[in-house]
Amino acid sequence: MYEFFVILIPRHMPFLIEGALVTVQLAVLSIAVGIVIGLVVALGRLSSFRPFRWALTTYVEIWRDVPLIVQLLVIYFTLPEIGISLPAFAAGVLGLSLNVGAYLSEVFRAAILSVDSGQKDGGLSIGMSRVMIYRRIILPQALRIAVPTIGGYFIGLLKDTSLVSYISVSELLRNGVIIISNTFQSMQIYLMVALIYFVLSFVASILVARLERRLTPAYLRAGHITPAGAHP
Amino acid sequence: MAHVDNVMPGKTLLQVRDLKKRFGHFEVLKTIDLAIEEGKVTFLIGPSGGGKSTLLRCLNFLEKPSGGEITFDGERLCGEEAGRFACAPESVLRRVRTRMPMVFQHFNLFNHRTVLENVVEGPIFVQRRNRDEAITHAQDILRRVGLYDWSDRFPGQLSGGQKQRVAIARAVAMKPDLILFDEPTSALDPELVSGVLDTIKALAEEGSTMVVVTHEMAFARRLADTVHFVCDGVIAESGPPAQLFDNPRSERLKNFIGSILR
Repeated sequence: MYEFFVILIPRHMPFLIEGALVTVQLAVLSIAVGIVIGLVVALGRLSSFRPFRWALTTYVEIWRDVPLIVQLLVIYFTLPEIGISLPAFAAGVLGLSLNVGAYLSEVFRAAILSVDSGQKDGGLSIGMSRVMIYRRIILPQALRIAVPTIGGYFIGLLKDTSLVSYISVSELLRNGVIIISNTFQSMQIYLMVALIYFVLSFVASILVARLERRLTPAYLRAGHITPAGAHP
Repeated sequence: MAHVDNVMPGKTLLQVRDLKKRFGHFEVLKTIDLAIEEGKVTFLIGPSGGGKSTLLRCLNFLEKPSGGEITFDGERLCGEEAGRFACAPESVLRRVRTRMPMVFQHFNLFNHRTVLENVVEGPIFVQRRNRDEAITHAQDILRRVGLYDWSDRFPGQLSGGQKQRVAIARAVAMKPDLILFDEPTSALDPELVSGVLDTIKALAEEGSTMVVVTHEMAFARRLADTVHFVCDGVIAESGPPAQLFDNPRSERLKNFIGSILR
């Protein structure tokens, strides 16, 4: 116990935190790119242009049916064979964001479809274009519906970044493994790694909950009733 | 509230000839001929599934007709083009819809926008009118439909009757030439119907041109200049309300009126 807190933590924490910062960068960048991919794919799959729809559906299906670790290995080790060679960090972000993007596209699609479609007619009836209806009416409502689920995927993603250690990105888990290979203190070091992942995810879930509350608009909040005494 | 300046009385605003609409193999509208005059209130009545709502939605091209010709204020919006039926491009149809907005059975308000934002959306973002002028105009309309004090509420905080009056205000704010009403009171609780009907009546009395699909026969009788009985995809009978309701000629209209007044 004494050794763990007084010697091991001060000695190894800085290197682990260095890795944790990379983990956070991977997660934040990947969710940002993933949100863009997810939104574009969702809109594309709802479009009436059939080849486009099929291509995007195929992407979503493939990415959801192949394990993330295999996707990362393919991007990092197989793409160079056809001349696309990416640095490990970029390969990690690409792999993670394509993966989370595929899932988020389903989230966005469901959110868009859940917005009462009568509002489309409402927009058309005052001369709005379809693009304008999406931009001003449908998407603002759909995005608010999607926020909690995106938050959940972000927390999942934060932990999935550990898989990127397989393609030699120096993130939290890999730095832990490096320490272990020098010190052979696997029990203590893995415990520290676990602790840091826990803190990261816990803080992320608090931030997500706070964001969710801030973004919940008045029209969706509770207490949403006609005030007493007001006559229709 | 609608544009009535600089127009000759009796001018035909909307002309429909031999309009057809098919959904797959089902002919909802077989052949419809209809003329809407400026300043007149036209009612479409008839049994459910007879095609009256579809006809209304074809007038502003929320449904694309399958054949026939529609002319709005001298501009042909659909018809035969080199032997093939075609509709005007979407940009033209959008411009026409700003002059011919629709009020729906289920209101179709924008749920994430306040009452005032719902009403100014079209004037500011579609018609690109001056923001302050549009807001003042919208507030004026809201005052007239009795909802000025509710400007900052969201649709979810309103009763059905209030929602429908906001929807009417949203249409009126476009300074339209013609307003289409698609069963505006059918989704309302009985005690809320009269408020909406009064609002429509006030518009009619100001000289607005409108086409109303409704099941409110007493209302049609009081307000209509012309009533068309739409049944089985055709206009089976037309005329002033007194004639249609008191002296129906066709068997179908007699049965329909009988079933309503039962």
